[in-house]
Amino acid sequence: MTDKLEKEGRRARNIGIIFLLFAVAILVLFLPGTDGGGLTTFTFNTSKGEVLPLPDLVFATRLGLYLLALVTAFLGAWQLARGFEQLNAVLGGVALLFILGFLSWAARDKSMNLTGMLQSTLLRSIPITLAALSGVMCERSGIVNIGIEGMMLMGAFFAALVGSVADSYWWGLAAALLGGGLAGALLAVLSIRYKVDQIIAGTAITILSTGLTSYFSSRYLQANSALNSPPTFRPIALPILSKIPIIGPIFFNHTLLVYLTLLLVALIYVMLFYTRWGLRTRAVGEHPRAADTLGIDVFKIRYINVILGGMIAGLGGAYLVLSSVARFDEMMTGGKGYIGLAAMIFGNWNPIGALGSSLIFGFADSLQVKLAIMSVPIPSQFLLMAPYLVTMIVLAGVVGKSRAPAADGVPYEKG
Amino acid sequence: MNEKKQAAAEQHAGGTFELQGALRSLAVPFLAIVTAMILGALLIIFTDTTVIAAWGEGLGSGLRRSWEVIALAYGAFFTGAFGDVYHITETLRIATPYIFAGLAVAFGFQGGLFNIGAEGQYFIGGLATVFVGYSIKGLPMIIHLPLALLAGALGGALWAGIVGFLKAKTGAHEVINTIMMNYIAYRLAEFMLDVGGLMAREGYRPVSPEIQPSAYLPQFFPSDTTIRFNAGFLLALGVAAFIWWLLYKTTLGYEIRTVGKSPHAARYAGINVPRTIVITMAISGALAGLAAPADILGVIHFMPNSFASGYGFDAIALALLGKSNPVGVVLASLLFGALRAGATNMQGIANIPIDITSVLQGLIIVFIAAPEIIRAIYRFRGLEEGEGLVLTQGWGQM
Repeated sequence: MTDKLEKEGRRARNIGIIFLLFAVAILVLFLPGTDGGGLTTFTFNTSKGEVLPLPDLVFATRLGLYLLALVTAFLGAWQLARGFEQLNAVLGGVALLFILGFLSWAARDKSMNLTGMLQSTLLRSIPITLAALSGVMCERSGIVNIGIEGMMLMGAFFAALVGSVADSYWWGLAAALLGGGLAGALLAVLSIRYKVDQIIAGTAITILSTGLTSYFSSRYLQANSALNSPPTFRPIALPILSKIPIIGPIFFNHTLLVYLTLLLVALIYVMLFYTRWGLRTRAVGEHPRAADTLGIDVFKIRYINVILGGMIAGLGGAYLVLSSVARFDEMMTGGKGYIGLAAMIFGNWNPIGALGSSLIFGFADSLQVKLAIMSVPIPSQFLLMAPYLVTMIVLAGVVGKSRAPAADGVPYEKG
Repeated sequence: MNEKKQAAAEQHAGGTFELQGALRSLAVPFLAIVTAMILGALLIIFTDTTVIAAWGEGLGSGLRRSWEVIALAYGAFFTGAFGDVYHITETLRIATPYIFAGLAVAFGFQGGLFNIGAEGQYFIGGLATVFVGYSIKGLPMIIHLPLALLAGALGGALWAGIVGFLKAKTGAHEVINTIMMNYIAYRLAEFMLDVGGLMAREGYRPVSPEIQPSAYLPQFFPSDTTIRFNAGFLLALGVAAFIWWLLYKTTLGYEIRTVGKSPHAARYAGINVPRTIVITMAISGALAGLAAPADILGVIHFMPNSFASGYGFDAIALALLGKSNPVGVVLASLLFGALRAGATNMQGIANIPIDITSVLQGLIIVFIAAPEIIRAIYRFRGLEEGEGLVLTQGWGQM
């Protein structure tokens, strides 16, 4: 017991020191590049003519950095002296301060549109969120899903092919759900019926899906563009809501698939923690033997969840095709399935956590593009590395622990 | 049940098994390959428009046309893999990095670790080996070549060793961390090799400088420059033999395998489990890192930025197919070398997309991982219950 207390005390102190280091980092990293009279400009209006245009935020870069460092240092000192109750929230706040410092430095003598960047952050995080949700669905019931990448590819391929042939994005969407669901069903059969090592089954699904979609794509889709030009969903501006400054353009002016994803996050959260199905799912994922004793059909719950998980991954593939590029390209998911897996773990197997961590990945991605446009002299590669590093740090338990369902990855045998 | 599994695993893992047992354990891989090839043939037939048209004309012409298409495709396939000296050496050349990468994953499996990051370790090994290869000048080959090889191995060992360390220290699952390290490795390689990068050559191509000839792996047919077969293949066989010896004839190997079977039992037996995990992961990474010199020192002699190799996934398939045994991995790599060389030729002659190799690989993995399917198709028994491989553990267990 004392051991545990001591451990927690040590962690609290370490985090206080980390806060102070952040404050130093803001000064050391960002201050040298600025000069006394330099101004940073943040703008908030998108070009679409807001009802209530906001004034630009202009401040002296140096002053801003000093202020940010001061607040960060104060938080660190408070943590060392008194300690915060909601430590993780404060930790997030410090990260935000650091990012603001970085942005102030990057936008010195220039202007940066924050609303536009946050909007693209959301858009870039949508496929990652869907991948992570797919993982949550499967793993909460105890099946490790490492085949998300393959399921997304199946969804994307079906969306492009069927959407083009039927000349309807609705049919494309339906086909994507079917394609992802089929890949999910394969994972379910292999890991539940045949008790195949789940990580291997997932790997096989990704290899197989990559092969099949690339094969059919180079046989048919590339030669015949009529098979690879589906119509796409159009953005729908929600009345009134989309007129709110900043929030409106960020959240309420998107295609149906974006709204659907955000709804799914809320829906799965509620279902998982407040319904009978959720309770059963979690019971099966934590302790299948006990669940079985209580009369829950372990296999049935797992089949349902894994197939639904496959369909959600398929939706992620559909988003890539039907929301933006309007065509299928070989291996177009580009690792988003795996990043989703990381987001799921980072988000502690919780749908809302998964959304939050996907937003971090999306932010790094959109920031990188933005900085390249503004020709800020830092290599974009390091920015793109950052989310992976953060995931590893989180996984190592440096800043809080992420815990998998206890029976995740263990085949269940009746007996 | 579990004991049986362990006993079965022991039988496969052990270096010495009887002939009958050996034949029996070859039955599933063999039938898995045959079944995958048959399904591949069906895929080729049913995606060929001339075949579909011929079926419309009647049964006879449909069958004839199907046979023609398959004969052309698989004919090209076998010529591409074994047709003449060039194609045979090409099969062996392609098999060389496969052997290293497959050994990497197999070695991890033996120690109970799933190294899904062979790809990233390959990139880092490549950066290290190419750096030593081009930056050091004036060394005799006898020193320069081993140095460059060693750099590749060390690069991979470092990259995987970090993951092993995190697993041993904090329990962070190696699957996620190796995936994360893959992406970090891609970005790092991109940063180094992009035009103007620290390791890029002058000019507008995102590639490293050419390595010194003193770091080349010697060619077997120096007079014929089209043949790219080189000493890397012998090195791969040597390393496979060494890994076999290490796993089955040394204390360290015994410890690694014990940890792989049951970390709890190993701890109880007084084995330093965290240390063994780090060593296993580092050796696994070193093997994956060595796949890069096989390509860079043996064949292309520089490192391009777009180095998407796909070795990471292929290596998993190889380790499974070879049942994590070094001898099995070498055989599986020869098969995959033939598969890839054959598919390249098949693409050229019969216009079949090379992606069919991924389809075949995926099917082979499924059939080997779920031998029940093969047993059900061919209605044969004789395999023990519990033949299915359980190689990895869920995120939480350790």
